[in-house]
Amino acid sequence: MASVQPDSTAESLIRVENLCKTYSLDNGINGTVNSQVLYDVSLNINRGEFVAIMGHSGSGKSTLMNLLGCLDTPSSGHYWLAGRDVAALPENELARVRNHTIGFVFQGFNLLKRMTALDNVATPLLYAGVGRAESRRRALELLRQTGLGNFAAYQPNQLSGGQQQRVAISRALVNNPQLILADEPTGNLDTQTSGEIMAVFERLNREQGITIVLVTHENDVAAYAHRLVRLKDGRVVHDGGVTA
Amino acid sequence: MNLLAIIGEALRALRLNRLRTGLTMLGMIIGVAAVVLMLSIGQGAQTTVNQAIASMGSNLFIVLPGATSSGAMRQSSGSAQTLTLGDAQAVASLPSIKAVAPIITGTAQLNFGANNWSTVVTGVTPDYFKVRNWSTEDGEVFSDTDFRSAARVVVLGQVIAKNLFGDEDPTGKTIRIKKSPFLVTGVLAAKGQSLDGRDQDDSVFIPLTTGQRQIFGSQFPGTIRFMMVQGKSAEIMEEAESEINQLLRQRHRLAEGMDSDFTVRNMAALAAVATGAAKVMSLMLGAIASVSLLVGGIGIMNIMLVSVTERTREIGIRMAIGANRRAILTQFLLEALVICILGGLAGVALGIGGAWAVSQAADMVVVITLGMVGLAFLFASAVGIFFGFYPARKAAALRPVEALRYE
Ligand SMILES: Nc1ncnc2c1ncn2[C@@H]1O[C@H](COP(=O)(O)OP(=O)(O)O)[C@@H](O)[C@H]1O
Ligand SMILES: [Mg+2]
Repeated sequence: MASVQPDSTAESLIRVENLCKTYSLDNGINGTVNSQVLYDVSLNINRGEFVAIMGHSGSGKSTLMNLLGCLDTPSSGHYWLAGRDVAALPENELARVRNHTIGFVFQGFNLLKRMTALDNVATPLLYAGVGRAESRRRALELLRQTGLGNFAAYQPNQLSGGQQQRVAISRALVNNPQLILADEPTGNLDTQTSGEIMAVFERLNREQGITIVLVTHENDVAAYAHRLVRLKDGRVVHDGGVTA
Repeated sequence: MNLLAIIGEALRALRLNRLRTGLTMLGMIIGVAAVVLMLSIGQGAQTTVNQAIASMGSNLFIVLPGATSSGAMRQSSGSAQTLTLGDAQAVASLPSIKAVAPIITGTAQLNFGANNWSTVVTGVTPDYFKVRNWSTEDGEVFSDTDFRSAARVVVLGQVIAKNLFGDEDPTGKTIRIKKSPFLVTGVLAAKGQSLDGRDQDDSVFIPLTTGQRQIFGSQFPGTIRFMMVQGKSAEIMEEAESEINQLLRQRHRLAEGMDSDFTVRNMAALAAVATGAAKVMSLMLGAIASVSLLVGGIGIMNIMLVSVTERTREIGIRMAIGANRRAILTQFLLEALVICILGGLAGVALGIGGAWAVSQAADMVVVITLGMVGLAFLFASAVGIFFGFYPARKAAALRPVEALRYE
């Protein structure tokens, strides 16, 4: 198993050690059942990397992404994000991290309904304490960058899937995050639209140096990344070249 | 996170669900309106009672003929003719007594020109007006000389003056009482309702002597119907009461152990009972209204809980993009609060309108005070915060993953 040793001069953005996640389920028959989903996952991702995570359905990809995105807390193990131990942070601090450091892109877009694209993109800034005028200015600028300048006043249900995902990406970018986490961002899109979305990610990584970690099923999507992490039954089984 | 922006989010959410917001608000509106209406009616009743008490005169006793005790076939108080003018004069000379007003009454027909009116004619001494603290609006009350000479003079209550004279000035004119001419010396100021609900302005006053000799033609000359006795001060009322009792028993030659043939009633005690009753009524009305406010509050909680469940995913999204628990809590709390405050405002308006309608329709005194409006409003906000808090906390306690996974 070839493992890419991180460039010693590069700065680590994500470092996880022995990350474990166990879900407790009350199945109603024989009480609480624990099921471990992640086993001792250790990873180091440097700033500026573009990493794809692949694996069979149920292999724990989303679970890992949720942990990396501070949407959930690990059962055990360590997580340093930008040098900070975030596994132990209280919920309020995690909210700050999600707001300032991370931009999350979901398979199902997760836009706020009955709210314009512009307002959707501007919402993270509301929680960052940025003024309304400034928020809207920045939101509009991002919509322009992702090619949606003319759709600012549209609501999610008036937009195509690809357009909705661009709105979601704009929203993820609006507070200048260091890291974009995308869980199957093209899972609901056709091949051509997938390509367009991936081009956006590729450009963000190349031009702005934003670190991108994305989960995908598709090899041609993974091909945009520079590094591949493969999960199997909650364990890292490959970490290295994309063509594995 | 700034509060203004979160208020914006709360308002937006409420606007997106206009019907639901409106219906919830309706619960609040009705609750607050009921509180304002009930309080204003209760306060109005208290005001009416207080005015009646104030119009009575201060430190008053009423001394009535007849025994107090409620034995089966005993004469009811007031029916026996056992009090005399002499009794009244004797009571007046007691050290604890300031003034005494002996009173006789009867009904009679009054005429002025083509107008006639049947009313209570009261025979009094000039002191009566002092005891009742009742001044004239126009002209004078009759004098001691009129009293001693049994002159045919009369003082009119407001209602009588209106009914007989319309816009004319009655002072100096002559009216007929039981066909005898009486000179109007003055018109009394308005006094309003008495505690027993009679309109005190619907009466006329003549010298007691004139009444005895010329109008009522009593079977028992020298007796009076009752007397009003004014104590010197509030502190010596008990003392005064026992002095009156002692004196009258002596004058009526009642031996030890015999029942009194008269009754002394302290009006202050009566007033206290009436005030107490009005207060109890106010409280009860307020309590009933509070229940409807509570029901409105539970309605709000119900809606907010449904709303939290329905919007779980939205909460998850907001958390994923950086909303902390406090921001979520604030938003949901504000949604409840906005419903309550807007509902409270509308409710206050409706309550005031309702109180006005009641005062018009039922000819009742209603009193709306700023304090009562403030109370209803505060109560509404408290209900909003109280019942909004649980759903809001429930929303804020969700973990982002759980909320996002919610379908
Ligand atoms: N909230 C949960 N409670 C219990 N088990 C869960 C929960 N979320 C995920 N799992 C289980 O964890 C495993 C990994 O899920 P997930 O990370 O979503 O996989 P992937 O995204 O790779 O398809 C699955 O077997 C799934 O059933
Ligand atoms: Mg998944």
